[in-house]
Amino acid sequence: MSVLVNENTKVLVQGITGRDGSFHAEQMKAYGTNVVAGVTPGKGGQEVHGIPVFDTVAEAREKTGANLAIIYVPAKFAKAAMIEDIEAGMELIICITEGLPVLDMVEVRKKMEGTNIRLIGPNCPGVISPGKCKVGIMPGHIHKPGPIGVVSRSGTLTYEVVYNLTMADIGQTSCVGIGGDPIIGTRFIDVLEMFQNDPETKGIVMVGEIGGEDEQIAAKYIKEHVTKPVVSFIAGRTAPKGKRMGHAGAIISSGDGTAEAKRAILEDAGATVVDFPDEIPALFKEKLGL
Amino acid sequence: MKIHEYQAIEIFKKAGIPVASGKVASEAEEAVAIAEESGYPVVLKSQVLVGGRGKAGGIKVVQDKETLISTFAQLRELKIGGYPVEKVAVVRAIDIKKEFYIGITVDPGKNDVVLIASAEGGVEIEEVAKTNPDAIKKYYLQGERTLDLDRFQGFITSIFDDKTHQDIATDIFQKLVQVFFDNDCSIAEINPLVIDGEGNLLAADAKINFDENALERHAELNDLRDMTYEDADELEAKEKNLSFVKLEGNVGCIVNGAGLAMATMDIVKLAGGNPANFLDVGGSSNPEKVLNALNIILRNKDIKAILINIFGGITRCDDIAKGILQARDQIDLPVPLVVRLTGTNETEAKELLSQNGVETYATMREAVEKVVSLSQA
Repeated sequence: MSVLVNENTKVLVQGITGRDGSFHAEQMKAYGTNVVAGVTPGKGGQEVHGIPVFDTVAEAREKTGANLAIIYVPAKFAKAAMIEDIEAGMELIICITEGLPVLDMVEVRKKMEGTNIRLIGPNCPGVISPGKCKVGIMPGHIHKPGPIGVVSRSGTLTYEVVYNLTMADIGQTSCVGIGGDPIIGTRFIDVLEMFQNDPETKGIVMVGEIGGEDEQIAAKYIKEHVTKPVVSFIAGRTAPKGKRMGHAGAIISSGDGTAEAKRAILEDAGATVVDFPDEIPALFKEKLGL
Repeated sequence: MKIHEYQAIEIFKKAGIPVASGKVASEAEEAVAIAEESGYPVVLKSQVLVGGRGKAGGIKVVQDKETLISTFAQLRELKIGGYPVEKVAVVRAIDIKKEFYIGITVDPGKNDVVLIASAEGGVEIEEVAKTNPDAIKKYYLQGERTLDLDRFQGFITSIFDDKTHQDIATDIFQKLVQVFFDNDCSIAEINPLVIDGEGNLLAADAKINFDENALERHAELNDLRDMTYEDADELEAKEKNLSFVKLEGNVGCIVNGAGLAMATMDIVKLAGGNPANFLDVGGSSNPEKVLNALNIILRNKDIKAILINIFGGITRCDDIAKGILQARDQIDLPVPLVVRLTGTNETEAKELLSQNGVETYATMREAVEKVVSLSQA
């Protein structure tokens, strides 16, 4: 088992004719992901790496049966891209684009109300279920199938964690990058619940960072609902207060937002918080007898 | 992006929100002219973009011209939170009967915009939240951009007792909502909103922050930015699509991705070194970015060694490798460079670098330990 994406996922790429969209459509296809369609308004009828391009999401969905949309369009078009997906009834939307205005995300979340549509991101690396399906920008070859679920607010830091797991011969069920913005579609607790309910996931890595309250909310959830071992890394202990550290959401605006405060509350909830990402594999070997 | 009180007052005034009468002055003569027009006593308010100006002695009431001139000069000499006072607002003193807090911001946990009000105005709302959380009332817009007046009624009557003030406050809130959405604010607040001796409601202070990600669609707001508060290197980095924050240490860091960039700094510290900066080269890479990043970092003369830590995803390692080689040709590197590259197009990158005599490290820990030892050599 895996969460969110698997062999049955049919991917539609928004912005497929752009530099990033085109490159990653090819990479996803090479990984074995079923990429069935691309969308760029005005470029319908073309092909990119053998993938048919359509003018609209609705048309692409109707003709190809795509059920997941991944977005690579520039920030100023990303809100419209998500709204088009919601209106076309895509089941899952993954928005890679970074730099969206917060009020655009308020609008998107409002539009999603009352639907069963799940959004991952924005400002995220996507989702991979190793050996089955890769939908995002992560390098596929550092992953391998196995028992650990990974959820993270960061992109490259997730790769670092996964790389260490794989080097230690510990594979992953799924790796979910939820994104570094203040308003996102899916939060830690949503993915923790998926991993807790997935029988093949035996342990969970949660990669957090300074700013916001999501790690604190996740800690409460872990304490009450998660029976699987959780290992965590929190980035930003050397970050100065009041400075935005790259991610729109990574800013310490109160004492609760520091790495130390998050670490303490996660440890209190029973999670193990490490100093170095390369300490994670040994912990799972010990906890799970791998 | 933060703007000064006087700029926020100007925006509120244009939106039709009643504000305390006053103007901003850089010179004593201007201040005198403003005071004589409004009549004494007046309040002199230092314009700085850091909190706690009252406690720092940045706000003074003066009764006459002579005191105004001497006090104005004192304020202009003042440094608040390390920043100079370049402008002072001169505002007619108000006979304050009661103070309120009203504000609008985004509540990320609720994915919504929230209106906040408290009958305990004039103090920091975070303070009220700690000492008397029940005094803070909230109204969520529920994804709308206008007030649902039936629902709003319960909110506004919980703060204002009499009908006239409830109606005026509702009107002020409607205008504040308009300002908030029209300008993509992240915060718009009035603290305090006061009732004066004649029973009028007035904004006696104003604060607006704008969403940096939305400034592209509000070009006019960029003119409001006070460059005194911007670090020249951080601004240049931003122009070049790099995200940079200067720190105190001597290990320069060039990393892709904000999370990994923070983690790299943390681990440099844990390994006994001191990070000199946060620098995220961002997603899509082009070789030019490495050169730009090195140029900015090398302006810091404390730097003893530089770590390039790249985990390729959307960033392609070979682009970074090309950038490193180009940079090496164009600038004379005064300090050693430690390079760690993994991920997308890693093989091509390592081949390119090893052909040109640049050693690479496979893991973050090895690379960090190396750069820390070089920084201490």
